[in-house]
Amino acid sequence: MSNSVDPTGAGVALQARTAALATPPPIEPEHTLSPAMWGTIAFLVSECAFFGTLIVAYITFLNRDTTGPTPAEVLSLALVAVTTTCLLSSSFTIHAAEKALKRGSMGGFKFWWAATITLGVAFLAGTAYEWTGLIRDDGLTISTNLFGTTFYTLVGFHAFHVTAGVIVMLTILGLALRNKVTARQEAAVAPVALYWHFVDGVWIVVFLVVYIIGR
Amino acid sequence: MAVAERQHDLASQAATKPAWTAVLHDWVTTADHKKIGIMYILMGTVFLVIAGAQALFMRWQLVYARHDFVSPDVFNQLFTMHGTTMVFFVGMPMIIGMANYVVPLQVGARDMAFPRLNALGFWLTLFGGLLVYFSYATGGAPALGWFAYAPLTTKTFARSAATDFWALGLIVSGFGTLTAGINFVATIVAMRAPGMTFRKIPFYPWTILWTSVQILIAIPPLTAALIMVMFDRQLDAHFFDPQNNGSVVLWQHLFWFFGHPEVYILILPIFGIVSEVIPVFSRKVLFGYEFMAAATMAIAFISLGVWAHHMFVIGMSRTLDMYFAAASLLVSIPTGIKFFNWLATMYGGRISMASPMLFCMGFLAMFLIGGLTGIMLALAPFDFQLSDSYFVVGHFHWVLIGGTLFGLFAGFYYWYPKATGRMLSERLAKWQFWLLLIGFFLTFGPMHISGMLGMPRRIFTYEADRGWELWNQISTIGAFIQAPSYVIFVWNLLWSLRHGKPAGDDPWDAFTLEWATTSPPPAYNFDSLPVVHSRRPLWDAKHPDDPDWQYE
Amino acid sequence: MGGLVLLANSAAQAEQTSIFEPASPPAESIRTLAILVFVITLFIFFVVEGVLFYSIWRFRRSKQNAGDPTTEPAQVYGSKPIEVAWTAAPALIVFVLVLASTRTLWEVKPNAPAPSAGDNALYVTAIGHQWWWEFHYTSYNGEPLDFITANELHVPAGEDGTPRPVYLTLRSADVIHSFWVPRLAGKLDLIPGVDNLLWFQTNEPGLYLGQCAEYCGTQHAGMLLRVVVESPADFETWLANERQPAVDDPAVAQGKAAFLSETCINCHRVRGTPADGTYAPDLTHLMSRETLASGLVPNDRENLRKWIRNPHDIKEGCLMPAFGLSPEKLDLIVDYLATLK
Repeated sequence: MSNSVDPTGAGVALQARTAALATPPPIEPEHTLSPAMWGTIAFLVSECAFFGTLIVAYITFLNRDTTGPTPAEVLSLALVAVTTTCLLSSSFTIHAAEKALKRGSMGGFKFWWAATITLGVAFLAGTAYEWTGLIRDDGLTISTNLFGTTFYTLVGFHAFHVTAGVIVMLTILGLALRNKVTARQEAAVAPVALYWHFVDGVWIVVFLVVYIIGR
Repeated sequence: MAVAERQHDLASQAATKPAWTAVLHDWVTTADHKKIGIMYILMGTVFLVIAGAQALFMRWQLVYARHDFVSPDVFNQLFTMHGTTMVFFVGMPMIIGMANYVVPLQVGARDMAFPRLNALGFWLTLFGGLLVYFSYATGGAPALGWFAYAPLTTKTFARSAATDFWALGLIVSGFGTLTAGINFVATIVAMRAPGMTFRKIPFYPWTILWTSVQILIAIPPLTAALIMVMFDRQLDAHFFDPQNNGSVVLWQHLFWFFGHPEVYILILPIFGIVSEVIPVFSRKVLFGYEFMAAATMAIAFISLGVWAHHMFVIGMSRTLDMYFAAASLLVSIPTGIKFFNWLATMYGGRISMASPMLFCMGFLAMFLIGGLTGIMLALAPFDFQLSDSYFVVGHFHWVLIGGTLFGLFAGFYYWYPKATGRMLSERLAKWQFWLLLIGFFLTFGPMHISGMLGMPRRIFTYEADRGWELWNQISTIGAFIQAPSYVIFVWNLLWSLRHGKPAGDDPWDAFTLEWATTSPPPAYNFDSLPVVHSRRPLWDAKHPDDPDWQYE
Repeated sequence: MGGLVLLANSAAQAEQTSIFEPASPPAESIRTLAILVFVITLFIFFVVEGVLFYSIWRFRRSKQNAGDPTTEPAQVYGSKPIEVAWTAAPALIVFVLVLASTRTLWEVKPNAPAPSAGDNALYVTAIGHQWWWEFHYTSYNGEPLDFITANELHVPAGEDGTPRPVYLTLRSADVIHSFWVPRLAGKLDLIPGVDNLLWFQTNEPGLYLGQCAEYCGTQHAGMLLRVVVESPADFETWLANERQPAVDDPAVAQGKAAFLSETCINCHRVRGTPADGTYAPDLTHLMSRETLASGLVPNDRENLRKWIRNPHDIKEGCLMPAFGLSPEKLDLIVDYLATLK
């Protein structure tokens, strides 16, 4: 027997032959995350390896400079405390946005999502301000010494990841403002939120290593 | 019935054959895992021919002491490009391509989790390869060795842009590899057919899952290190700049942290292929599935912690030397378990020596030897003599050709009928096998000897009074015996497309889901979602009186 | 017959750099370990490969035992006791090998003492360059030394039960190199920014060959090593000569003036003259060396002339340019250098 769905009859025949004799145990449904979430988790594992490498390089070269500015001389804890607060708060705001979306409150989602973007942009602005000072006033560039090399590489790649996250969030905000985002898009927003939390988590480590331990 | 209907479909298609431009457009824009898999394999095959030619040039240069067939610089470029090409543009694409084709079929999925990401990954890999070869446009390829030890990569010692093309090409293709890893994890974890729990997954996808975990952990450090090289070269950074307190040893640690798992990325999928073929051609279930699965995980984890056995001669402390030696030796235990399980699968079976099994036997016989020379190299003090000598060159070619390549050929002969609907020629397969085996033995066997006689690697020539010439000549003869075997293989692939025996759905009387659909499968793979109850769904279907799920 | 001669000849030559012809304790320790692991792996090879070939032959699907194609052999899913057994056996072998290599490692890489009076030890700092070896002698038998030579390392042999260890401090001026003389010791890298220490000692005077073993650029293959092991008396004679400034033969005064007027002195050093370059090999006692271009050609007048005329005819890609000297000037300079014994 054949039909348009199963023209060769192979699938039905397979099941028929199996069903004819002893009955196998029933199949329990497997509860697992969506492919999109698993893909995001896999991606974030690779990001851990990437940032881990940059952090290892930073730590390897701590206190190995014989010339040039040192972290203690030029890094401002006050400024970075502000930017860090912004970035870590954005994890709360993005979580609030997700909850609003799940509830179906699109107004709430747009508000909290925009708040997250704003905090992310504030972080980037603070970083830009910090770097301008370092380059212009302290003479610290990527080629000055090992501190410069590793600092700009590590903090720079983190800022790059924040930027990428902001761009993706802006895209979603744009779609939301045109009312294209509903609670059904929760599965698409969740990976972005996970990525954002990850970026915040990396910053906690970078902050501790560069601004606390290394200073 | 299925075969007759399929041929009827083919015939009606032939009457309205699409223009070649439409076919090309279809392939270039495809997101179908089967087509992408075939493109990866085509890419690998083309680069295999190029890297093989590079090898023949090197072997001819080394056939006489003080030979001047190529200049020193050209020779140094040859071994750099040969190594880089074989690892990144032959080995990885072939493995990822074959997995791309087979894994969704074996887990009963319609495609990979992210089909467009899959296509992106292929094109990134290909463009990365092209970028590396673009270095020839700067006047010459880089001459760094495939592991490019700093400070050879700094602007001081590598002035042309060739090194930049090399680093950029590997960064780009590395992203392609990462996307493949992401895709395999999501597909294998979240898209298995109903009833296929993790304990019932066929062995090949299991090995691909752990290979993907290694990809996710090992490739980013290489990417980061290559970025550091680019920063040093283009932005005057000092990562690997000893004159500004940078560390050339850091490059070695980062590179080998990638480099060692990389070779397991190149062999774990082969363990998977062999674990599929041996049971089918011995007519027996894989012996000790749980131990095999655990051994795979153990190998994946241990391999992340042994990298500095490539660095035994840099002068690390004795404690570090001993740790890395012990950890490296440890990996031989799960590998041995696998070996014994394969033998136990064969034992008591009814073994058919068709081409897939023939290459599996070649793999077993050769990989054992490569593993044993690996044990020798793991002994740190012995490595003080053997490191950087031709013994190592012999060892890694033994495991890469005797292991990876023989296993890949087994996979080709096994799955080509599924992908094309045609059988490959058994006669040509035998010619290929024996030429390859004999040639390979003659090429790389003597290298173990010349290495123990003091011949270092990467030398464009050697003195006549060292006693190395005889062994080099045997190697060169072996290389020219091997070379035609690759031509025969490519010819077999092409010829069988038109003239191979029609294969049918299940020419090998096999056990796993890919054989439950047509050859080649339709674009959507399965007519209806398969439901499985054991590791061998087709065994269950063919032996309803004695199904696997009663024993697993 | 010709093949056998070839093999025998080859074998005799091969002894010069074979790891199985140790002449020094580190190389001997490593050979002992090598033999142990060869025995173990050969045993494993014969057993496992034997089971493989036996299984292929015994269980082949030939016409005799093809039988009824619809019956399958007994399906054996696994066996926990067997798995434990063939996990335990390799684990035991691994344990033995770890113990053996730890012992060898501690024998080969001991902690090196500082120079002291009457220690019969030679201390040399070896600096790797693209593509030659610089040897800076710093202490012998507790007596400080301070001269530099290149490419050929003279060391004393132990004698009458008194070992004369050689401690090499390894450094690099540019990229990573590796010092490998198989009969004397395993290899150790010369890494820019890092100091490494290699030791060996031998009681057998003779010439020990080796070469750089870490790819270091174009002429990596041309960076050969010659370790000349001499009796203590001969070594001390050589040492005394090396410590002298360069020979100043008035017969070649014109050649010396020509040499000093050229850019040679920017790179090369000849002690006792204004030539004080550090970038290239020290030429003070050039003629005490048996080879030129770090072992590539015999050190005779013809090769010396060829080298200076165009180094790339002997060592393509090396860092010494051809200076376009006129034949007359070339001969003058060669005459001068030929006196630097």
